Amino acid sequence: MLEVFKIWFHQGKQYIPDVTTVEVPGIFRGRPIITTQPIDEKQLVELCPTGAIGASPVSIDLGRCTFCGECAIQFPEKISFTKDFKLATNQRSRLIVKEGDMNPITVNPELIRKEIYRLFRGSLKLRQVSAGGDNSCEWELNAVSNVNFDMGRFGIEFVASPRHADGLVITGPITENMAEPLRIAYEATPEPKIIIVAGVDAISGGIFEGSPALNRSFLDKYPIALYIPGNPVHPLSFINGVLSLIRTKTK
Amino acid sequence: MNYLSIKNNQRVALESIPTLAYEVFYHEVVTHLMTGEDAHCVNYFGIPSGKEVKLICCIANDALGTIQVVATLADPEKMIPSLSSKIMAFHAFEREIHENFGIQYVDHPWLKPIRYPFDRATKQCQISNYPFYKIESEELHEVGVGPIHAGVIEPGHFRFICNGEQILHLEIQLGYQHRGLEHLFVEKKGLLQRATLAENIAGDTVVGHTSTFANVWESLCGFTASEKLQFDRALALEHERIAIHTGDLSAICTDVAYQLGSSVFGRLRTPVINYFQQWCGNRLAKSLIRPGKTNFPSTPQLAEKWFEVFHAYEPHFTEMALQMFDLPSVLSRIEKTGVVSRETALDIGAVGMAARASGLKRDVRSSHPTGYYEKTSYQPIMGQVGDVHARSKIRFDEINTSIAFIKNMLNQMPQPDGEIKPLDSPAPGSFVLSMTEGWRGEICHCAITGSKGELLLYKIKDPSFHNWLALALAVRNNEISDFPICNKSFNLSYCGHDL
Ligand code: SF4
Repeated sequence: MLEVFKIWFHQGKQYIPDVTTVEVPGIFRGRPIITTQPIDEKQLVELCPTGAIGASPVSIDLGRCTFCGECAIQFPEKISFTKDFKLATNQRSRLIVKEGDMNPITVNPELIRKEIYRLFRGSLKLRQVSAGGDNSCEWELNAVSNVNFDMGRFGIEFVASPRHADGLVITGPITENMAEPLRIAYEATPEPKIIIVAGVDAISGGIFEGSPALNRSFLDKYPIALYIPGNPVHPLSFINGVLSLIRTKTK
Repeated sequence: MNYLSIKNNQRVALESIPTLAYEVFYHEVVTHLMTGEDAHCVNYFGIPSGKEVKLICCIANDALGTIQVVATLADPEKMIPSLSSKIMAFHAFEREIHENFGIQYVDHPWLKPIRYPFDRATKQCQISNYPFYKIESEELHEVGVGPIHAGVIEPGHFRFICNGEQILHLEIQLGYQHRGLEHLFVEKKGLLQRATLAENIAGDTVVGHTSTFANVWESLCGFTASEKLQFDRALALEHERIAIHTGDLSAICTDVAYQLGSSVFGRLRTPVINYFQQWCGNRLAKSLIRPGKTNFPSTPQLAEKWFEVFHAYEPHFTEMALQMFDLPSVLSRIEKTGVVSRETALDIGAVGMAARASGLKRDVRSSHPTGYYEKTSYQPIMGQVGDVHARSKIRFDEINTSIAFIKNMLNQMPQPDGEIKPLDSPAPGSFVLSMTEGWRGEICHCAITGSKGELLLYKIKDPSFHNWLALALAVRNNEISDFPICNKSFNLSYCGHDL
């Protein structure tokens, strides 16, 4: 028994006291900043593996970016990634960061359904569905509940059954073979419900975009409450994203 | 000689692989290549060749350190005898060949779909109508689990046939994660696109799969990775092993309701994966490994950081692990649970950590070493019993071994590279097979180029491809409530299997 107490004692405090302001250790490729410096745009656009970079004006679509960092390495005077992990928004177009845009990425309160703040701000239960996810987003979504990130403290939890859930979190590019199970899980979730798409694969298909093995029609049929970029989604991006959705007061 | 003998990572002309008549090929494989315990099939796949399908079979011989490659032509119109009827380990490869090309086998014991790829030979096979094995009996009942599971994990369907609480039979149906990866490898022409695909084969084995891809590509292009590049890849591989094994110990504790172990191993994993973040900006090491270069070479500062992380990790890890492996309430759940005998592991061609836990020595680092490992004489960690305990204990031992291995490495970090020569284009008409010991086990990628050096085929095999059957057999006669713990003890990849 003494051994167990020793182990307890040795753990000290492991949780991150404030997940909204903590700094990520080391290198982190978060929200990019694109300068207005002229460069060879064609070359820049072509180097991106997922077609996330647009030209005139130069832009990066965070819904397609894998955060590989290659563009910032090849064109350091043009593109840099800040350590800002708050990348989530409820507006797909806001994921496109343009030249000169230095603003944080936030949710648009106008687009949040009224009942979300009323019903979910203190308690949100989510059912995660991996639909072709490569197990990296799934890993990070498990990590959000560990003792370090401890998302449970905000009343946000993953649950086993869609019947107990207030919404779905989708990871992966949505394979043809998962299209039907995903639809069934969504239908089994009681109203009112939300859909969160987490990670580049889920948002745009990522590197799998256009693969004949996908069926992404689900996303066209139902409203998306939140997009959270990342490859994979960082736990801090996820927690902050969900908090911004459920804690933003709407009129 | 009726076959071509190659080394891991060696480039050969596609034409130099002997193509034999099916009967001769069959005889060659069964009687000359699959001899003794050291021989096992690491890849066997098809590539269309006119109306026929060229089948290429790659048998590794662990004692010789070579891979024997032999080919044949099969006609989808004709029935042929299956290798699986003689050697069970071929079952999944032949099922895949049947599913992709419609090759028909007279006597395959279990000719069922593998992953329902989008380009399968017949669309009559649908994932919703998988032909599950059935036993008619009033005493027995079936339990279906998935494809969506209770936790935050990937999808797959498990169908149990139980007698009361006892599992008689488990059938695992996969394919839900199929993203058309091998097709995309050929389709997408950019090297960075392909490296990104490699990173996404299995997001929990980023280093394993991406360094295998880098090795294949460099071999195709006749590029020899510098000492420093090889060093960095081995460092990342062993670090990945520590990270995932630590997380797995946490998950195993969770599944036996041992809260302390679950939390402590869980939080110990955090600084380990954060180390990748500090190294390359991604907790799972995406963006770290690239063919012919790296954007994030290791540095003496990073080495120092590593020692710092493990200085804090080691005492807490050791104290927790010793406690876990000494606790009767944990031991009673993991000992003699989910046993895979050595014989079974050998029969089904199990690989990696799970095979070693059953006493079967399968470790690419020692049998077919490449890169940095060629300079070491790595001794595989072995288990014996093949139960959940053995698969947990081997993780503990491998974590310690990898820590010692890295410490040793970091004391002799090679000089940084100067200007690295850019990669040439891949050689035409070539074949390369590359194997890496990922944390799960043997990863094997094969590539074939056409007459202009263009990629014709990229074939990926995750160790899970072999080991899913080990899980299905391990749970027989166990209580169904022990299934989660058996499953965690293997921690197999769904996406790595489904591609
Ligand atoms: S970091 Fe994003 S935008 Fe830049 S090259 Fe990589 S995927 Fe493209």
